[in-house]
This record gives sequence, structure tokens and C-alpha cells, in this order.
Amino acid sequence: MRKRGSRPIIMPVHRRRKGREKSNMYSKGTKRKFFDGVDNKAVAASYSLQRQSLLDMSLLKLQLCHMLAEPNLCRSVLIANTVRQIQEEMTHDGSWQVVTEALGGSGHGPSDSLVDTEVLCQSPEQQDGGPKLYSVMGYDGCREEEVVTDKALCSVVVGDRAPALLLGTIGHCWDRGELRVEDGVSKDSGTGDEEETRSGEGAKMATGQVFGMFEIKNGAPGSDPALEELFSDVDASYYDLDTMLTGMQSAPKMGPYDFLDSLASSHGPVSNSSCRADLNELDHIMEIIVGS
Amino acid sequence: ADIISTVEFNYSGELLATGDKGGRVVIFQREQESKNRPHSRGEYNVYSTFQSHEPEFDYLKSLEIEEKINKIRWLPQQNAAHSLLSTNDKTIKLWKISQRDKRAEGYNLKDEDGRLRDPFRVTSLRVPVLLPMDLMVEASPRRIFANAHTYHINSISVNSDHETYLSADDLRVNLWHLEITDRSFNIVDIKPANMEELTEVITAAECHPHQCNVFVYSSSKGTIRLCDMRAAALCDRQSKFFEEPEDPSSRSFFSEIISSISDVKFSHSGRYMMTRDYLSVKVWDLNMENRPVETYQVHEYLRSKLCSLYENDCIFDKFECCWNGSDSAIMTGSYNNFFRMFDRNTRRDITLEASRENSKPRAILKARKVSTGGKRKKDEISVDSLDFNKKILHTAWHPKENVIAVAATNNLYIFQDKIN
Repeated sequence: MRKRGSRPIIMPVHRRRKGREKSNMYSKGTKRKFFDGVDNKAVAASYSLQRQSLLDMSLLKLQLCHMLAEPNLCRSVLIANTVRQIQEEMTHDGSWQVVTEALGGSGHGPSDSLVDTEVLCQSPEQQDGGPKLYSVMGYDGCREEEVVTDKALCSVVVGDRAPALLLGTIGHCWDRGELRVEDGVSKDSGTGDEEETRSGEGAKMATGQVFGMFEIKNGAPGSDPALEELFSDVDASYYDLDTMLTGMQSAPKMGPYDFLDSLASSHGPVSNSSCRADLNELDHIMEIIVGS
Repeated sequence: ADIISTVEFNYSGELLATGDKGGRVVIFQREQESKNRPHSRGEYNVYSTFQSHEPEFDYLKSLEIEEKINKIRWLPQQNAAHSLLSTNDKTIKLWKISQRDKRAEGYNLKDEDGRLRDPFRVTSLRVPVLLPMDLMVEASPRRIFANAHTYHINSISVNSDHETYLSADDLRVNLWHLEITDRSFNIVDIKPANMEELTEVITAAECHPHQCNVFVYSSSKGTIRLCDMRAAALCDRQSKFFEEPEDPSSRSFFSEIISSISDVKFSHSGRYMMTRDYLSVKVWDLNMENRPVETYQVHEYLRSKLCSLYENDCIFDKFECCWNGSDSAIMTGSYNNFFRMFDRNTRRDITLEASRENSKPRAILKARKVSTGGKRKKDEISVDSLDFNKKILHTAWHPKENVIAVAATNNLYIFQDKIN
């Protein structure tokens, strides 16, 4: 039995910056549609920075909450909605496209910020050059790198679009073999045309897989994709607690053995002959074995 | 002592139940006012302690089920015994608390120590007599309502018909009959066919205090739905939908999170309901759906700190709220062991602290203030000095008198009105 002690809660101390009240501006979240002038650019850049930081924080939270014994669904939904919101806004003002373009060429800058979360997921030997510090987003001087998060799950090409990387990152962390991350991650560099729509989908997949986890967690624990393929024709709904409960609620008297009994009894007059034939055959075999 | 997770007075206010993280329930009873000390109001002393829920392991999902008591609700008293419902994440239990202060002595067929007497030894008959004994309070589980919730139960509410009650988890609301444990009716189901489309969960639910066909449930998006059980078996389509339009000037990435409703409570009159979101308490008139009639800011000074509060997870804290007996005042908790009371008539509010260091027993509580501006006055506390570990999530108000119970982490404080 694990007792969870209370976590010390730390209020991060904000360094007082003269002039601009950063946290205020950030919490207000005024949407910027249009940049003009140098000043606005600086403001916009810091807003983007903070927005990215919030995105990273949210993704990290989503990953961590999966590691808990019983994730809090309400919290996960709220964080996922926040992530979705950020990604939508980033798509709207084009930063998402900038990110994906940059990555498409030689993405390194934005992947830096995403490396934070990625690094947490990888085992030490897989880390490429150690954890990188969070850096200001710079979209120049990027390079492609292939990141293998888990050979059983997927291989993510960083040269690919950012959401795919997100997926790879998230998927690796909380997949206990149940989620099919391969579906959402594209292995080829892909078509630039579909980038925007795919990024939306990617975000959806990323957040969706949070709740996919809640659904399919009932499945056989510790399975890996190889086994999944093997048993792909097995009806997974049996393991769905939901179905079982619905069944329980509507027909409380039926237990698992009752079900079998009812099956057996329903077959009564029809298969009697076949059963008898089987039994006779069995007797015959037994006789041979026993040698009587 | 464990962290208190729920506090609830019974219908008369004579008993106060608390549930904690370790699955225990502790019931306090108010002392009868004695003639010897007419000016001392009844104090609450421990009446009964029992282990309601034990930690369990769900083998199908390979997950621990916490024994923490999420909610306690008293049932109306029907005989000498008291009954309450207590629930953890998955299972609801009906406990009967009965007391004995007399025992019978002088049985004919049994000895004093319980052994059967030899029938041949019985030469005369006697009538057993009742003799006083030390008060013994025993709690026994009378019903166990299990296996009806896939997700975590966040609310239970006893219906005004005193026969049924509802239980709500993140995605469903079930209706139970108090006598029937092996099945329940599902009356609300907001689970999407594809879990990837999930964007909203149920956060609280409550039965109307007088109309047994009406209940409400609140959501993580800041909406409340009122449903009438007469309309359909599955109340997925609400009768009333309460939502305040968002203020576009204060929109941020945290808007949705802080709008998530953590508690919903009907007024005793049944005409209003109160909702608690992260920064405010709102009173709604059931006849007006488009906005609340009253809004009270609990700790508006936290609005500029939302990013930090998101980082340390405090933004997800679920504060409860409560009405006083006459619906003229409401109370809710905050951080730093502060709790706030609002008088609906005079519009006055007060911030008080539940702390042993800062107030002696029987001393009048001093009003506290959080300084929001640059200059901090004497006796004020600045926002950055607030202790976010000390949060008051659970409070309760006596149904008839001005007695309140405040749970501060693992301590329970009971405050009473000053006697003139």
C-alpha cells in the first residue's frame, strides 16, 4: 500500500523586472494579431516564449500524470484543453507553420524546447549529447536528427513535423504497450501541403491519447505491439470494464458461469447428437489409451 | 492524524462527521448544554471513530483504489440510530451508528458471562432488568454500493424523498435506492463514444432539497446543468443550462481551468444554488440561466499568479462552499489557512484564519487581510508570503446556528458565534 505524502508546494519566485510586468501580461494572454515596429516584435517574442514554456509545462504534466497510480481525469482534461488551445493559437498566428517549416528544413531550435520533455522520456544511453537547456526559440541553424524513442514503439524523425515529435515524445512516455503510437507518427518526411491539417490532427492525437489511456488501460497489462498483432482478433471489449459494468447493470443475475450455462442449455436439443458423437469419440480414445 | 477530506453536519447539527485520507470517519457530538454552565455552548467531542474504507487493488486495471473518503452525507434520522453515506473513489457505504448505554442483566437461560445455564439448574424465573453501562457507540456497514463507477466518484447526494440518492463520477451520474445495492440507474452519461474527443467532465452533482425529481451537475467548463428526472430516463438533455458568458478582456490560457466548478450547493430554500470556481463564488437564481445573480471574489489577487499556480498544481485545487442555515451567508476556503465569509444582505465579507498559532481558544478571531498593492500595511500579509500548502478546501456550517467547522489539512477547527 502506497501512502502518498503531501508534496511540498513551491511557489516559484519571480525575479522582479523593472518596466515590464511579465507575469501580468502573460496571464492576460492578449492575442496579438499583427506585429508592427521593433517594440512589438520584442513583446511578441517574449509572449511566444512564455506560450511555448506553458506548452512544454503542460505536456510535461500530461506525461507525469500518466505515471501516477490513478490519474485524475479532470486535471488531465483541463491540461489537455490548455494544450489544444495553445496549439490552436499557434496555428492561427502562423508560429506553428514556422515551427514545422523550420523543422522541415533543418529543425533544431524548436526541438530544443521540446527536447526538455523528450529527454525525460529517453533512457540515458539514448540521449543525444545530454540534456539541452531550454533556449530562446531560434529557427536558424537547425539540423535533422533521427530520434529513436523506443524500438518497440516507433521511430520519430525530427525532420518531420513538430506535432509528430510531440506524439513520439508523449507516446513513449505513457505507453505501457497499449497505445498505438505508430498510427499518429509519420515516418516519412511527408508532404508540406498537409502540414497544417496534420498538425491539428497531431495535436488531437496527442491529447486524445491521454484519454485513450483511460479507456484501454483495462487491456492486458504489459503487452507489446508484437503481442497485440498476435491477438488482434481477440475481442478486447471483454476487457473493457465499461462493457462489463453495463452488462452487470442490466442483468445483475448473470455471472460468467451463468452465461456459459445459458449457452450450453440453449444448444440442448440441436447439438445433442454432435455432443454425443464427441463423447463417444473421447471414450474410444480413452479406451485405446487405457488399453482395456 | 490524517488529512481531512470531507466535513459534514447532520440535519440537526448535533453530529459532525469528518472523513480523512486514511479512510477513517470521525464523528463529533455536541454536548448537551448543562444547567451548571448555562453560558457555555455545547462543545463537540469525539463520539465515534471507525474505518470506513480500506485501500483496494483493482486487478483488472492494475491500479490502487485510494481509501480516501471523498464525501460524507448524512441520512435523515428515522430512529434512534444515525446513518450516513461515505464514499471513496469507487464504493459507497451506508453506515449505521448506534449507541447503547444500557444492558440487560438477569437472564434466565444465560449466565452473566454469556454461557448457557444448565436447564436443570433453573429453579425460578426472573425478569431481566436494564442497568446503565458505559456509553458504547458502534458503527456497522449496512449497505455497500459497489461496482457502479468506472471513474472516480466526486459527489453523493441524498434525495429529498429519503429513499434514493445519486452518485456522480467524472463522466456519469447514477441514481440508487438506499435499499438496493446490486444495481443503480445511470441517469447522466457524458462519456463520448471516442474518448479522444473528451473535453469536459462532471465535477459535482447535487439533488434539489425539496423537489425529488430535480438535480444539478456542474462541469469542468464552468457550466451547470439542471435536469428533471421526469423528462427522460437518461437525462443527457438538460432542462436548464447555466453559464456565464466569458469576459473577453480577462481571457487567458487559464480561463477554462479557473472557470471549472469545484462545488455546487443548493440553498436551503431551494431557490438558489451556489457554485465555486477557482477565484470566485457565484450565486445563481434557478430561474435565470444566463448569469449568476451574485458573484463574490474569494482571492482575486491570485489572478496575476495563475501561471505559477498552474506550475505548482494549486490551480487544480477543489474548494468547497457552503450556505448558512438561513441562506443569508456563504463561506468558502482559501490559502494560508484563510477562509472567507460573505454576507449576502449587507455585502460585507470577512477573511479569517484557522490557525492555532494566531488565535487562542475562545478568543475572537481577528479579521485578516491580504495586501494587493505595493504598500503592505501592518498586520496585512502579502501575496507572496501566502502558504499555498495550507489550504482550506472543506468547510461546513451548522444547519441552524452560527457554528462552523473548518478543516485545515489535518486539523479540524470549530468556531462559534460570540455569546453576548
